[in-house]
Amino acid sequence: MAKTILFIEDELALQKTFGDILRRGGYEMISALDGETGLRLIKEKKPNLILLDLILPKINGFDVLKKTKENPETKEIPVIVLTNLEGVGDLDKVIELGATTYLVKTQYSLEEVVEKIKKALGE
Amino acid sequence: MNRRFIEELNITAQCKRYGLSLWQCPQFLFLIMGLIIIGSTLSTYTIGTRYIEDPEIVALIVLILTTILFIIAFIITRSFERLAEANRMKSEFVKIVSHQLRSPITNLSWAIDILMSGEMGKVEEKQTEYLKILKENSSRMIDLVKDLLIVSRIEEGSLMIKREKISIEPIIKKLISRFEPFVLASNVEIKFEAGENLPQVFIDAHQIEIVIENLFDNAIRYIKGEGEIKIKLKQRDKTLYFEIKDTGVGIPKDDQKFIFQKFFRSENAIRQQTQGSGLGLFIAKSIIERFDGQIGFESEENKGSTFWFTLPINQ
Repeated sequence: MAKTILFIEDELALQKTFGDILRRGGYEMISALDGETGLRLIKEKKPNLILLDLILPKINGFDVLKKTKENPETKEIPVIVLTNLEGVGDLDKVIELGATTYLVKTQYSLEEVVEKIKKALGE
Repeated sequence: MNRRFIEELNITAQCKRYGLSLWQCPQFLFLIMGLIIIGSTLSTYTIGTRYIEDPEIVALIVLILTTILFIIAFIITRSFERLAEANRMKSEFVKIVSHQLRSPITNLSWAIDILMSGEMGKVEEKQTEYLKILKENSSRMIDLVKDLLIVSRIEEGSLMIKREKISIEPIIKKLISRFEPFVLASNVEIKFEAGENLPQVFIDAHQIEIVIENLFDNAIRYIKGEGEIKIKLKQRDKTLYFEIKDTGVGIPKDDQKFIFQKFFRSENAIRQQTQGSGLGLFIAKSIIERFDGQIGFESEENKGSTFWFTLPINQ
């Protein structure tokens, strides 16, 4: 069965580029455009991996991450934070909250990001 | 209104907002000026009443003089304050704009990645050429935005640093292998010479990587045709010394004193249409000085340049 990836990101263009490339890679993609929907889908669908932006409408990425890791049912799901925030404090906090890794968007090519996703899924 | 008034009285907070040290901050200087005026008034008054016949006239003169001085001082500091505020707003503007530009540029760059990967259908050779131009230019925009963000953080005094004990040598080796494809393509040879048992330094690995990357990038960029880059890392007294020497176009003598200025680009660099934002060396100098190091260079036009920096060891 195809592995599911939940992509929580409010940029539609990114949802499209990422969705397309990962679907072609054989993954099933679920998308959420805000933190609230994201959290609901995490509980309902229990995806194999979560890709999470930090600046999101309704509930921000930090809180989504915190709640996911607090819930015993969802805390094992690896979370990759994909962001443009670059403050040392923000990134440290993300790891402290239990994210597998973080990627600063402008520093990586799409290929490199896909590589990291595969690694987090143990492939 | 009341709250604003109280906020204005908090001098350290105000100075921090402008990113200025106390001795450069208008509010603090005004306070000091006021204290000096009050002090000198009181002493003049004491001396006057003791040695001059009619103390009331002396007191009156002193009072009038002080008031005038006070008003002048107030006007001067107000104008300084406006300048500082304008400068702060400029940095803030640069920061917001560059931050906002990052998302659209990433979208652009990743969309180009997808097209180039051929996943969305076969790409003709002619199309690949144009896609490469798009990709190259989006990378340039990403670099520029990254540099602008670092500059605005430096100016605001909010560049976060994480000090840890690290060795510089692995960072240089990593950068050499990262630049290798670029270097081979431009027919440049790289030599790296590192001293034995080099000490570690207490700095931020990420920031020092930015510095070396900028110097390295310049060295390659300004070599036209074949050339050679020599990198040296050694201990010199109580400092770690880094040097990068290139056989590039060099910096004209008249331009040398401006080379670390923000946005400055030397006349021969522009003439030869070498790309660059003029921010790299400004960033490098700011970072090195932040770690109490020194940075400098020697250069001769058409012969090449040598850039060096030192970092203190015992910290």
